[in-house]
Amino acid sequence: MSEYILKMQDIVKEFPGVRALDGVDFKVKKGEIHGLVGENGAGKSTLMKILSGVYPYGTYEGKIIINEQKQKFTRTKDSENAGIGIIYQELTLVKQMNICENIYLGNEFNKAGIIDWNKAMDCTKRLLKEVGLTESPDTKIANLGIGKQQLVEIAKALSKDIKILILDEPTAALNEDDSENLLKIIKGLKERGISCIYISHKLKEVKSIADTITILRDGKTIDTYENDESVTEDKIITGMVGRELTQLFPRKEHNPKETVLEVKNFTVYNPEIPDRKVIDNVSFRARKGEILGIAGLMGSGRTELAMSLFGAYGIKKSGQILIDGKKTTIKGPRDSIQNGLCYLSEDRKKNGLVLMMDIKENITLASLDIISDFRGINENEEIKISNHYVDALNIRTPSIEQKVRNLSGGNQQKVVISKWLMAAPKVLILDEPTRGIDVGAKYEIYNIMNDLVDKGVSIIMISSELPEILGMSDRIMVMHEGKITAELDWKEADQEKVMYYATGGEDLDFISEHLT
Amino acid sequence: MTDRVKTKNEQNAVEIIKLSFKNNVRQYTMFIALIGIMLIFSLLSDVFLTPRNLSTLFLQTSHIAVLSCGVVLVIVAGHIDLSIGAVVGLTGAIVAILQSHFGLGIIPSIFITIAIGALIGVWQGYWVAYRDVPAFIVTLSGMMVFNGLLLGVTKGETIATSSAFNRIGQDYIPTLFLENSAKDLVPHDTTVIILVLVAVGYLFMEFRKRKERKNYNFDVLPKSLFILKVVLILILISTIFFIMALYLGIPYSIIILMIIASLYTFLTTKTTFGRHVYAIGGNKEAAKLSGINIRKRTLWIFISSGVLGSIGGILYTARVGSAAASAGHGMELDVIASAIIGGTSTLGGEGTIIGAIIGALVMATLNNGMLLLDVGTTQRLIVRGLVLLVAVWVDIVSRKKNS
Repeated sequence: MSEYILKMQDIVKEFPGVRALDGVDFKVKKGEIHGLVGENGAGKSTLMKILSGVYPYGTYEGKIIINEQKQKFTRTKDSENAGIGIIYQELTLVKQMNICENIYLGNEFNKAGIIDWNKAMDCTKRLLKEVGLTESPDTKIANLGIGKQQLVEIAKALSKDIKILILDEPTAALNEDDSENLLKIIKGLKERGISCIYISHKLKEVKSIADTITILRDGKTIDTYENDESVTEDKIITGMVGRELTQLFPRKEHNPKETVLEVKNFTVYNPEIPDRKVIDNVSFRARKGEILGIAGLMGSGRTELAMSLFGAYGIKKSGQILIDGKKTTIKGPRDSIQNGLCYLSEDRKKNGLVLMMDIKENITLASLDIISDFRGINENEEIKISNHYVDALNIRTPSIEQKVRNLSGGNQQKVVISKWLMAAPKVLILDEPTRGIDVGAKYEIYNIMNDLVDKGVSIIMISSELPEILGMSDRIMVMHEGKITAELDWKEADQEKVMYYATGGEDLDFISEHLT
Repeated sequence: MTDRVKTKNEQNAVEIIKLSFKNNVRQYTMFIALIGIMLIFSLLSDVFLTPRNLSTLFLQTSHIAVLSCGVVLVIVAGHIDLSIGAVVGLTGAIVAILQSHFGLGIIPSIFITIAIGALIGVWQGYWVAYRDVPAFIVTLSGMMVFNGLLLGVTKGETIATSSAFNRIGQDYIPTLFLENSAKDLVPHDTTVIILVLVAVGYLFMEFRKRKERKNYNFDVLPKSLFILKVVLILILISTIFFIMALYLGIPYSIIILMIIASLYTFLTTKTTFGRHVYAIGGNKEAAKLSGINIRKRTLWIFISSGVLGSIGGILYTARVGSAAASAGHGMELDVIASAIIGGTSTLGGEGTIIGAIIGALVMATLNNGMLLLDVGTTQRLIVRGLVLLVAVWVDIVSRKKNS
């Protein structure tokens, strides 16, 4: 018998236009905790989706070997039967059901379709004990805190006699006590001989719990280390970001002028978990004619910050927003747009476009007042303005009456950008402006951004791609767990520095400066 | 609709027609289906294609068509209104009672009734828009409440309305110069005059639109195609008017329908309100993030539905000549079916007024034709139910092909 319970060899997974995994090797020993780290988009989730059967055998290349046996999972049930359990970042419990019902959902003890609840309750009690929960099995999930829900997820996985447990960012939504408790439980599982694959952005946690650490970057395995003193956080970060900066950016010298947007002591609470701060006392300025980059890992609160400034997120908020030095109250997106603050969302299909409408209708959607009077919408003006943006932004389409659902990602993004340009913003927040867009269109969008900055617009760019942040921003703000952990000039910033702050490293200079 | 924006002048006419057809495939299929159904019935029955029968057909459809204009907005925005029938019944009774029990004149009664329709809309719209109760529930509750109120105000009795009031639903506009008779082939003079006015108005709008586009330096349809389009539409309008002119002229209720249909076409295609409704139904999140006040828009959608409900109630009571506790029962289903057959997407975001009116005509034509052929109620219901199913299925299939 080999010491490895799981071997994934030479895994290649391609999506249209992207090679998400490019020959990944990943081996997990029996009874170890294996940390898996990497930037957003490094391929961690894709790799785990292959392992859990979400991407079935045949849609990827390479081998999965569990206990010396080659596996061909065609569905998630196959992977479950092979002893693999996965706990996703987004919990998958049914809130309206109780603990017992959730644990055996789809796996009920039954005879001819009739469920044996007594047996289920009995087993649930045992499982709950294992994960350290004292709640009764018939407690509704909705009545449990998020930390306890996480433990129920683990209990559910344990109910299936698993050998390998995958945890994807399990502590992302937990407070410190809950996190510590969870880590203790995971160590307990290790004692029982269960191997854990632990995915996290929090390097301190990974350092403290993992026996082995594997680093992925751009769909490749960079290295696998035994976790000992020689493996420092710096070493891990270097592995995560150490790519060559080959992609070129149209960097232009900008001349930032006066402050347009000032945010003071901005705090936002989670609308669903009211005692949890999503944005924690954030203060910053954005100046006319500059690009302010916001870096941070998933869950750092970047998007929530942008959305709550725009008035589209959060109910309980505190702090001040000043536009052109004037205090501004923003109750909703409409106020925000009228005050010159526009937000391009990270998911253009879900939040940016009306897919069944055509190009011109999408471009004018936020500024119909400009082109209408008592006679209604002036269609000719609408066409003229839309044609202007189609030409200016080089949107490739046979007609402005093309439905946007038929456009490529890059052209769709340009339509959303046009929509906001027509609203004549002073501050334009771009959330992942080049996500899912091909290289050529990316470059065009960078040029559009530079043009806007030349015209005096203040751009705030949120991006998960470090090269993009480093290549385009004048200043870089790094966020971690709802706080700004650093602000860097682009000339002093590099990938390691940004990643250091994004994973929770502290900038003592920055903190002392902001506390005084 | 057929004007392309970036088409080159040298692009040939056939291609433009093809493109226009592709972009409006739903309206065209429905229209062709309507013509097809009419052809079949005219072959099977001698009576069907007479001006008398067709005029009656239009008259009987008018209240459903008016109501379907309102429900198009509701469904496009992603909601539903199940209370239409109950609102028709209740407001129809109110307009009768105001006259018979309170002695109010026709005009004041109508205004008060419409105001009550608006209030009903405010009530339902408030719950949907500001209290986030699903429209299905709010209007289901409305249906029960308004049916209850209807029973209360009528006390279960049938209330007859005056013949002067009934003219709204039954009568035709008067002639100016010539005596009119349904039997001769002399057209009704006022109807012809209105036809001429409508045609001139239409021509004026088309030419002005063409001129404005030229001023903007946009491409316009080649002259030949432009003339073809205008002529086809004029023929269509004239046919409809002449059918009515050869019988007793235009009924008042059809004039009301024409005004409401024009107003709602303007509302849906030319105003920011209309555009916002489509955006809300197409992608609520994107609409919200574009600064659209979804709650306020939703409230107005239901006010519109309430107002049209009361107009439908007035037309219906006037046509029947009395208000009864059973009036309007199940009418919402006919109205919703008309809108959906006419291409309104049940998922929201798509639908047209003209489509809904064609949908209403399809349903009414089927009913009328089968009645002429002595088909029983049982079979008529079954056929109409199946037509609804098939229409939506065809729509789903054609949509899949398109995307």
